[in-house]
Amino acid sequence: MRPADLLASSWRAIRSHKMRSALTMLGIVVGIASVVLTVGLGLGTQKDVSEQIAALGSDLLIVSPGSSTDESGMRGGFGSGTTLTRADADALASTVAVPDAMAVAAEKTASVSLEYGESNWTTTVTGTSTSWPEVRSRELLYGSFFTDEDVDSGASVIVLGAETAEELFGTAAVVGQDVTIDDDTYEVVGVLSEAGSSGDTSLDDMAVVPMTTLVEQLDDSGSSESVATIYIKAAASNLLSAASQEAESLLLNLHGIAAADDADFTIDVQDSLLDAATSVYQKLTVLLTGIAALALLVGGIGVMNIMLVSVTERTREIGLRKALGAAPANIRNQFLIEAMILGLSGGAIGVAIGVGLALALPSVLGSTIVISGLALVVSVVVAVGIGAVFGVYPAARAAKLAPIDALRDQ
Amino acid sequence: MTATAITTTHFETAAPVIELSGARKTYHTGDIEFEALRGIDCRIYPGEYVAIVGPSGSGKSTLMNILGCLDVLTSGSYVLAGEDVSHMDEVALASARNRRIGFVFQQFHLLSSLTALGNVELPLIYAGVAPAERRKRAMVALERVGLGDKSRNHPGQLSGGQQQRVAIARALVTEPAIVLADEPTGNLDSHSTRDVLGMLDDLHAEGSTIVLITHESDVAARAGTVYNVTDGQFVGTGTEIAK
Repeated sequence: MRPADLLASSWRAIRSHKMRSALTMLGIVVGIASVVLTVGLGLGTQKDVSEQIAALGSDLLIVSPGSSTDESGMRGGFGSGTTLTRADADALASTVAVPDAMAVAAEKTASVSLEYGESNWTTTVTGTSTSWPEVRSRELLYGSFFTDEDVDSGASVIVLGAETAEELFGTAAVVGQDVTIDDDTYEVVGVLSEAGSSGDTSLDDMAVVPMTTLVEQLDDSGSSESVATIYIKAAASNLLSAASQEAESLLLNLHGIAAADDADFTIDVQDSLLDAATSVYQKLTVLLTGIAALALLVGGIGVMNIMLVSVTERTREIGLRKALGAAPANIRNQFLIEAMILGLSGGAIGVAIGVGLALALPSVLGSTIVISGLALVVSVVVAVGIGAVFGVYPAARAAKLAPIDALRDQ
Repeated sequence: MTATAITTTHFETAAPVIELSGARKTYHTGDIEFEALRGIDCRIYPGEYVAIVGPSGSGKSTLMNILGCLDVLTSGSYVLAGEDVSHMDEVALASARNRRIGFVFQQFHLLSSLTALGNVELPLIYAGVAPAERRKRAMVALERVGLGDKSRNHPGQLSGGQQQRVAIARALVTEPAIVLADEPTGNLDSHSTRDVLGMLDDLHAEGSTIVLITHESDVAARAGTVYNVTDGQFVGTGTEIAK
């Protein structure tokens, strides 16, 4: 029997039972569409998170107060301690002690209500030093950042996030205007360019003031020397771990701690956050793919079920074909190819639906879905494979039918 | 039925198409053993028109399955067109059926999804004949049964008699050693019955070897030789019908 005739024969059998073929494919269609979607969603989320973290700077060290672990191995009061001080930040900025650091900025925050005329807006105000824009990779949209003199004198100057300026003034071009916090007046010297959001925190709804200003006028935590976080920007990405070690030994020294395990601070690398997030999303992708694989398994069982029904229903046809000279292999191949065509068609339709949803859903859900070419190809191959695997048993049953019995079947 | 028992001497110059020697077939159903054929010897020569008659349960159908290479003997031998098919495996039997046997069944057994032409082409597909050649030969066979104009019709659009003619065309298309017709008129009205039997007469006149299995004596009367099967054995020798 010629291969083309085998294909034609299988194709005709599928077309002559359109409804049944469509129902057989349905399971595969749903399974493949969900594989495409879940893999796409997993990859998309991973991409979003990577971008958010990359936006923070991939050459950044984050020093937080508090011990890294307690006796039970749990992370201690992350960022809540008072063990990091402005003096620590100054020491870390020394090019002698930490040669691989390019810039250092300490941060301390307070929640304040800004007022301008009749409008007011509550936001987070950060006290820091002049190196902050460089360390946090931020740029000014209008005006300029505050100066070292402002920091030394504790000047009443403020830099606003673009969103904060919009909320308060209705426009971002507000350099030279005054805002009022607790009846004290601050001059707006600059407005930050938009940076998007990091997780749930908007990077555009914020205000920045000199550290001295924050401590003297706005902070009511009672510990004027402590800071919440110290950011260290390494001179280059590949110097990150060197800078981390230098910073750690300096801080241990300053704090008079002998063993690194007893450290009263934690140094995090942005990369490790990225790795952690990536691994979470990889696990999520594996989980979702597992669910989709289950859907495919169910689809495959559906194929087998319908193919078995088809063999029973077409017993006479099989008998006739055998009487006319079809060898068992001819019959087996016909059913196997039928199952594979059903798998292929179901896979192709599933991919089409999956891609369609992947294109339509992001605007509804607001989440990124990445369509991976590899995933599409693998999906279709898997669909054909499912047809083949679950078609083997029905095909073998058909091939084994004795022609006489098959012909007599009513 | 006027008949005289003589042997079919005038065919014996050529080699037989069918040669059954001591053909036995035993079925086992659980512990029960049933002998369907109990030693049949039979020679059918090229161009013969043979009817095999017998009541149901006589072993007639078993004989038809054996002759059609649909089943194999328990003991004895079966030589078909010079080829010993007694001990062939399934694949070789399928090929033998394809090349040597043209089946005509009581229920026609046409595939409803195929046109008349497609049905006639079917045996040639399993013979691996190329599409163009296949179509040409199938068309010739359809014209031979007078249905050249119905080649594109599906079986559902044809009368019972026409369907059986398509089946006959399908049986002829491979130019088989024998046409094996199993109760070919069993599902037809009297008009179509005459039509189909006339067709078999014509094929016989053109030189085809025909084996007709039937339980109707008037149908058997069209054949040159009649074998009576009872309890898995031939009763007497072949009976030549005088016309």
